[in-house]
Amino acid sequence: MPADTVTNVVIAGLGGQGVIKASDILAEAAFRAGHDVKKSELHGMSQRGGAVSSDVRFGPEVASPMVPDGEADVLLVLAEDQLDVFRWRLAEAGTLILPGRVDADALPHRRTLNVALLGVLSACLDLDEAHWLEAIRANLRPRHHRENEQAFRLGREAGTV
Amino acid sequence: MPDVTTAADRLLLSGNEAVALGALHAGVALGTGYPGTPSTEILEHLSAIGGRAQWAPNEKVALEVAIGAAWAAGRAMATMKHVGLNVAADPFFTVAYTGTVGALIVVSADDPGMASSQNEQDNRRYALAAGVPMLEPADSQEAYDFVREAARLSERWGTPVLVRMTTRLCHSRTVVRPREAEPAPPTHFEHRRRERTMIPAGARPAHGRLRKKLADIAAWGETAPLHRRVDGDPALGIVTSGVAYQHAREAAPEATFLKLGLTYPLPLEAIRTFADGVERCVVVEEGDPYLVEACRTAGIAVEGKPEAYRLGELTVGRVRRMLAGEADARPAHPAGKAPALCPGCPHRSVFEVLRKMDLIVPGDIGCYSLGVLPPYEAMDSLVCMGAAIGMGLGLRHALPEAEARRVVSIIGDSTFVHSGITGLVEMMYNPPPTGHVVLILDNGTTAMTGLQEHPGTGRTLDHRPTGQIVFEDLARALGVPNVHVVDPRTEQDRLEALLAEALAGSEPTVLIARRPCLLAAKKRRHLQRETEG
Repeated sequence: MPADTVTNVVIAGLGGQGVIKASDILAEAAFRAGHDVKKSELHGMSQRGGAVSSDVRFGPEVASPMVPDGEADVLLVLAEDQLDVFRWRLAEAGTLILPGRVDADALPHRRTLNVALLGVLSACLDLDEAHWLEAIRANLRPRHHRENEQAFRLGREAGTV
Repeated sequence: MPDVTTAADRLLLSGNEAVALGALHAGVALGTGYPGTPSTEILEHLSAIGGRAQWAPNEKVALEVAIGAAWAAGRAMATMKHVGLNVAADPFFTVAYTGTVGALIVVSADDPGMASSQNEQDNRRYALAAGVPMLEPADSQEAYDFVREAARLSERWGTPVLVRMTTRLCHSRTVVRPREAEPAPPTHFEHRRRERTMIPAGARPAHGRLRKKLADIAAWGETAPLHRRVDGDPALGIVTSGVAYQHAREAAPEATFLKLGLTYPLPLEAIRTFADGVERCVVVEEGDPYLVEACRTAGIAVEGKPEAYRLGELTVGRVRRMLAGEADARPAHPAGKAPALCPGCPHRSVFEVLRKMDLIVPGDIGCYSLGVLPPYEAMDSLVCMGAAIGMGLGLRHALPEAEARRVVSIIGDSTFVHSGITGLVEMMYNPPPTGHVVLILDNGTTAMTGLQEHPGTGRTLDHRPTGQIVFEDLARALGVPNVHVVDPRTEQDRLEALLAEALAGSEPTVLIARRPCLLAAKKRRHLQRETEG
């Protein structure tokens, strides 16, 4: 099983920031694109505002649900002050995405930061935009679709620059 | 949300969701359990996809309810975290003797690495100790398949079957291809008094029947389609099970694998043949050296792991180091922000008082366990569900009077229902000379595991109204002379005064600090909006 065909993404932040939701959307977008997908995180105590991270891996075949140490192709951190906690997960040539990549004032709502940063991420992954939008709609309540689609596009533009 | 009940041929499910879907498709008519990370979402999901699921007051009751359903020829499932099986161990051991008619699936979700638990016990030992066949899935697809297989095995041999999950499986989403669902079988009752009444005259032959049954299952298991062999380079053979298989496959992609599905009873002859056919045979398993010990007892020469790898979860990196014969030098990583009680959490008001009064506080399991951390540091122990009350009584019995008068047991509402009631009975039956104070932190939900209902909320698993246990009425019915209900937020001074008075007196006292969890209140408003359309 050639491990280099697997894309490894780690999403991290603090409980309540939508880390898990963001990883659900990414996993579903990759799933809808026909990949084998594994996504992993720990629930429980992390729900109480503590540091939380989620691993998403996709490709033709994925074995372990966890991204091996130092092998994340992309590390997306929603809380900048937690960067040092998770930096070791990133591969040497990996891509780091921080909240500063999107203009916070341009966000339709503060809670859409996670989806906006997925937009930035989408620019460096080979997944069709249609799959991303379907995944966003499948994972969020209808009344939040519009603002999140808007946030996603905002991030995607920022990521394409 | 995607509707998993439709005939989609490919789904992305967590291990917990896959267990629930497997149970539904296996015709499981009743799922019961007690919330506990990482198992909680199994029953929530079963309910969400149209199955019948209910919370029991604790795991022992849950398993007993499931046994009853399986005696009625129905298919039943009891779910719990690993330590929940300690609570349910009593019926678990003996139902292995009595056997079942319908399927009885017991799901134990172990927590290697203790993401959210007080220990990392390896429940594979329970299968061996009780004589209960065990299946260990390695991803969501196998969680789905093995739950269905567990139902078949259970009915075929009339035995409970343990499905052993781990945190990583429960909470990882992987691809599942479901198969056609089976209908639930009709139920009926048949007297089997000799088989199910475990007086010694009944239990002695029952033990003999159990051992015979296990020998038959072991013989069947040698060639059962539950095990998978992956041929590779015979220089390295790896015997493994569960999620450890996934890590090992990535750590040593060139190796030859024997991946076990039925891990009690073990297919020892198949393992022996496998070991004979490779140059180096290594067992890769998470937790205790369960497989290694079984192989060695059977005279199969296998390599195990150094003791350091017994602690915590395995990862691809750790398996690589293990196979390379390296010490388990795990790099130190900076700790992330620790969890804390939410801003505005009613427990905060209670801990402010406890800290100020400088008390001895045997504690219990729930969000309020965080009271041991700064800024409060106002809880002295956490061992198991309900322990606060008994341990507080023991401290009171043993300590000199001045110290004994500082002891207050704190326990949450769901934990109180789970295992605190018998503690109150003990307080009334063997009261210490200084009396005792039990402080129930009643936030109206099972908060830590994700806001589940319990008998004290008066609502069922799916939030419909049902009978409600009223703690103050229960305490008074048990004869507790002092029972007070106080709002810790708006009546913080009164809480302190009541505590001071109870500690100075020598009578058993129950104080109930009642104020709803903010997250639960929000969720309830949300549910109300949904029901009202």
